[in-house]
Amino acid sequence: MSEMVLFKNRREDRAATLDEYRQSGGYEALITAVTTLSPKDVQQQVLDAGLRGRGGAGFPAGRKWAGVPEHGHFPRYILPNTDEMEPGTFKDRILVNADPHLVLEGIILAAYAVSAERGVFFIRPSYEKDAEIIERELEVARQANLIGKNILGSSFSFDITVHRSGGRYICGEASAQINAIQGKRPNPVKGGPHMAEQGLWGKPTIVNNVETLACVPGIVRHGADWFKGLAATPTGAGNKLYCVSGMVQQPDCYELPIGTRLSEIIEGSAGGLVAGSTFKACLPGGASTSFMPKQFFDVEMDFEPLKKIGHRLGTGAIIVFDQNTCLVAATLNLIEYFARESCGWCTPCREGLPFIREILRAIENGEGKEEYIPMLRQMADHMNQAYCAFAPGAVQPVLGLLNYFEEEIREHISQKKCPFCAGHQGSKQALWTNRGNGRYPGAANAEDKFASCPI
Amino acid sequence: MLTEEIRQKIAQEIAGCEHPREKAVDVMYVLQRHYGYMTDEAVHEAAQLLGMTPLELDELATFYDFIYRQPVGNYVIHVCDGAACWMHHERAVFDYLCRKLGVEIGETTLDGLFTVLPTACIGNCHLAPAMLINGKCYGLLTPEKIDDILEQLVCEACQPVLTK
Ligand SMILES: Cc1cc2nc3c(=O)[nH]c(=O)nc-3n(C[C@H](O)[C@H](O)[C@H](O)COP(=O)(O)O)c2cc1C
Ligand code: SF4
Ligand code: FES
Repeated sequence: MSEMVLFKNRREDRAATLDEYRQSGGYEALITAVTTLSPKDVQQQVLDAGLRGRGGAGFPAGRKWAGVPEHGHFPRYILPNTDEMEPGTFKDRILVNADPHLVLEGIILAAYAVSAERGVFFIRPSYEKDAEIIERELEVARQANLIGKNILGSSFSFDITVHRSGGRYICGEASAQINAIQGKRPNPVKGGPHMAEQGLWGKPTIVNNVETLACVPGIVRHGADWFKGLAATPTGAGNKLYCVSGMVQQPDCYELPIGTRLSEIIEGSAGGLVAGSTFKACLPGGASTSFMPKQFFDVEMDFEPLKKIGHRLGTGAIIVFDQNTCLVAATLNLIEYFARESCGWCTPCREGLPFIREILRAIENGEGKEEYIPMLRQMADHMNQAYCAFAPGAVQPVLGLLNYFEEEIREHISQKKCPFCAGHQGSKQALWTNRGNGRYPGAANAEDKFASCPI
Repeated sequence: MLTEEIRQKIAQEIAGCEHPREKAVDVMYVLQRHYGYMTDEAVHEAAQLLGMTPLELDELATFYDFIYRQPVGNYVIHVCDGAACWMHHERAVFDYLCRKLGVEIGETTLDGLFTVLPTACIGNCHLAPAMLINGKCYGLLTPEKIDDILEQLVCEACQPVLTK
């Protein structure tokens, strides 16, 4: 078993308390920082540790923090990003639920490193329970002088407010999040000064994913080399929270060394595929990544190894599809989601995604034509013209479908129907129970209208 | 109309805030709880309290998933149609719920108790298929489980009436 860092205090029924967190060495890093380290020292440690952002883009955290000008304006802000709306991703929810003080200590250390005085904990409405946990534990931390005025008797003061979102995927994008907090329509903002110089309310602002921040206490406590040593790959650093969902025996969120092989995660941690299923493809890092077929089953799940084979780690949320799942239908499901969540600000995304959706729908319904295939590719490529990273992310599954499963699209066109729906007619109930692997007893009794394509 | 008590409570919270607009979503949630949804009146009141124009406020109210500009039931059922739930037949959950409640997706039951809506992945993919009811998550849904959940909510909804 590899060392647990982020889920060390995870338990079934409740969040770890402050005492439990402290017994496991919690807040030692903060004590060290405010008594013996300068903000620059903390920044340097995080930079040396090679910590890369866990929110999707993998930007080095230390470099981001160094972007705050030394003599920049005050107040400065930290935005711990808990919007987490990438389909397949639930690591931040479980992390906050498991060990809220680990997250809080990480935020406080990041604040110390950039001399921020206020944190705005941005959280989606579906995570109300976590918002309440954070509010409750913040109060506990305040009582213990771990947060608030003159933390642990030092001259450093910092506090956090919880900001509840109204709920939209785009609010997870850093610049849109700043708009959202400012009570503006949350569309992304490009150009202009960097947010490390002028972000929330025009002041230096750092947006980090909460998993990224939760890595910081360990780094400060045990050093950069320890953090690098956790990884399974020479280019990687730290542990990673991998969410596994879809057609596996034990879908869950697993903490593993970053760079653990996909095959180990799926077959080891997640117990392999459900009975009767074989691996066909997965999305390796949430809905904004491309389908990855079986030939990459042994890839090391880390930023660089995935980049080398033309894929992305994204959020590290692995969604597993089996041989009975139609990937045209799956892509349609994903594009329906993205078309609905598009913020509508720019034309390529607002108009283009529904267009792609219609092409996919036609193909899935057996009304596709050969010329739709190049059209799909052209439209997907157009998304690079969109205003923000949402649209290029949205078409990753489409590109994956085209790159690896073009034959499956063709079968839909030539057979004038979905080959998967036809293949399973008459065995719908068996399919339902198979797919649930007995986890949904009784589901087979539902008089469901669906065919084998779940849509 | 807002009660004076609610209005003062909101006004107080805003007064203690360096940037009142940061409270826009919170204020909408409070008003929504009071009126059942963001009525036109609520949009005007929220805007006034926050020092925004009604148009600015409505830009937000119409943007967010969990702010309702149309009437909804006491219980809003958000069924997840994300990729993992889709694989575990989210569609069957919709079918079962809609048939049982006698509504189409997006509609509210005649007694005003339930509204069925689709929603983006709710971060419980390991418990697919999953849904939220008034923000509370229910996973590993089966028809029996849905029956139990709805039955309990109907009971809860009746209780205040019965004990009055
Ligand atoms: C459409 C879109 C949605 C995003 N959603 C999230 C999110 O929910 N959570 C998150 O941490 N980052 C999200 N990001 C990435 C953020 O913009 C930002 O890069 C990240 O929060 C920075 O944190 P990190 O450097 O620690 O990864 C999203 C980006 C895009 C383009
Ligand atoms: S790409 Fe989509 S989400 Fe991004 S600004 Fe354009 S419309 Fe909005
Ligand atoms: S896909 Fe339904 S909870 Fe994530």
